Amino acid sequence: MSVTVSAPEAAASPRINLAAEFSQSGVGPVLQQLDDELVGLAPVKQRIREIAALLLVDRVRQRFGLSAQAPTLHMSFTGNPGTGKTTVAMRMAEILHKLGYIRRGHLIAVTRDDLVGQYIGHTAPKTKEVLKKAMGGVLFIDEAYYLYRQENERDYGQEAIEILLQVMENNRDDLVVILAGYADKMDRFFQSNPGFRSRVAHHIDFPDYTDDNLLAIAEKMLAELNYKLSAEARRALADYIPIRRGQPHFANARSIRNALDRARLRQANRCFAAGDVELTLDQLVTIEPEDIRQSRVFQQKETAA
Amino acid sequence: MRITQGCFSFLPDLTDDQILGQVQYCLKNGWAVNLEFTDDPHPRNTYWDMWGLPMFDLHDAKGVLLELHACRKVYGDRYIRLSAFDSSHGWESVRISFLVNRPKNEDGFRLDRTETQGRVQRYSTRAYATDRPEGKRYE
Repeated sequence: MSVTVSAPEAAASPRINLAAEFSQSGVGPVLQQLDDELVGLAPVKQRIREIAALLLVDRVRQRFGLSAQAPTLHMSFTGNPGTGKTTVAMRMAEILHKLGYIRRGHLIAVTRDDLVGQYIGHTAPKTKEVLKKAMGGVLFIDEAYYLYRQENERDYGQEAIEILLQVMENNRDDLVVILAGYADKMDRFFQSNPGFRSRVAHHIDFPDYTDDNLLAIAEKMLAELNYKLSAEARRALADYIPIRRGQPHFANARSIRNALDRARLRQANRCFAAGDVELTLDQLVTIEPEDIRQSRVFQQKETAA
Repeated sequence: MRITQGCFSFLPDLTDDQILGQVQYCLKNGWAVNLEFTDDPHPRNTYWDMWGLPMFDLHDAKGVLLELHACRKVYGDRYIRLSAFDSSHGWESVRISFLVNRPKNEDGFRLDRTETQGRVQRYSTRAYATDRPEGKRYE
């Protein structure tokens, strides 16, 4: 019996410089941006880096004729509200595009309403329409668990799920589906839809932000809007965050954004109420502690105490 | 007789990859792509049936190809053409149109002569396929 060696190149043993490959792919700046712009989220960044590495190595392997099947990259993002799931999904589309895994790099964000119809025969065209738009890019399904309504077995959501599953399987190299939602509901969703569980390769959990993270996020948000916190105001916000966390309906970064919006409102009002004085540029962009201290959050705490 | 209508019709039939490339070109220009089918091959027949709605807001040609495959599955024995509509001001018309599917056997046309006043003759062409009822023309 003769053994054929199918790797004559092995003798020549070509070398590939992964670092050079990496800088060539243009993924580096995107990952760097991810690092710079997103505060915290260490496990998420870690996983994205792993995926990027896998795709890069796959690409190099392909050049040696070692290619295996393209990896399945459907993902599920779970985490509490305001932990940056949509933001990361947006970035994901860009990264996957740079790595050449998807062709266009656009993101289509949908919810149940966009997929599920209102009467018989309405769902399939609607879902297919969305899938067609998502081809070559990323389909982001927010609050995916609403697709499946356990209490109503005639719910049209089931139909959307079946079409989705079929496309996720047959058009794996055409689009990446990202399901997002709150962890507990997502778990239940996967339990009742085993087809989804097996087709989604990456389950990424978004941890809650720490108080320091949130403060850093707040400063980033304000900088984007051309505002800044005075040193005192920064301390006030640092006080605000743990108190707000203790209250109901806390939604991480989203709560902070809302708080900042209200602070801006108060700041504008304060400038206005100052009357007939000339404001400096500095006054216009600075948020003072009283803009934050006036928040209902602090008052509620006092009444509780 | 091989029907030649629209672009590329004197070339061999386009492969799926070539169709994909053409559609991507249309999408790049912001045209809305649609699929139509018919079993009446007469060149003056402008009333083709539409397969679904025109496809707006697509980013990638693969979405069109999915529809084309679905259409071929149902009407694989008929003519299917793909056309792209440019809605920009000043154009507002179909910019490209080509056949993407044709029946296995194309029967061709019969030339009818009608004698009228004096020695005048009138001609008309008539597809053999249309002798049969709709839906059974290319079985």
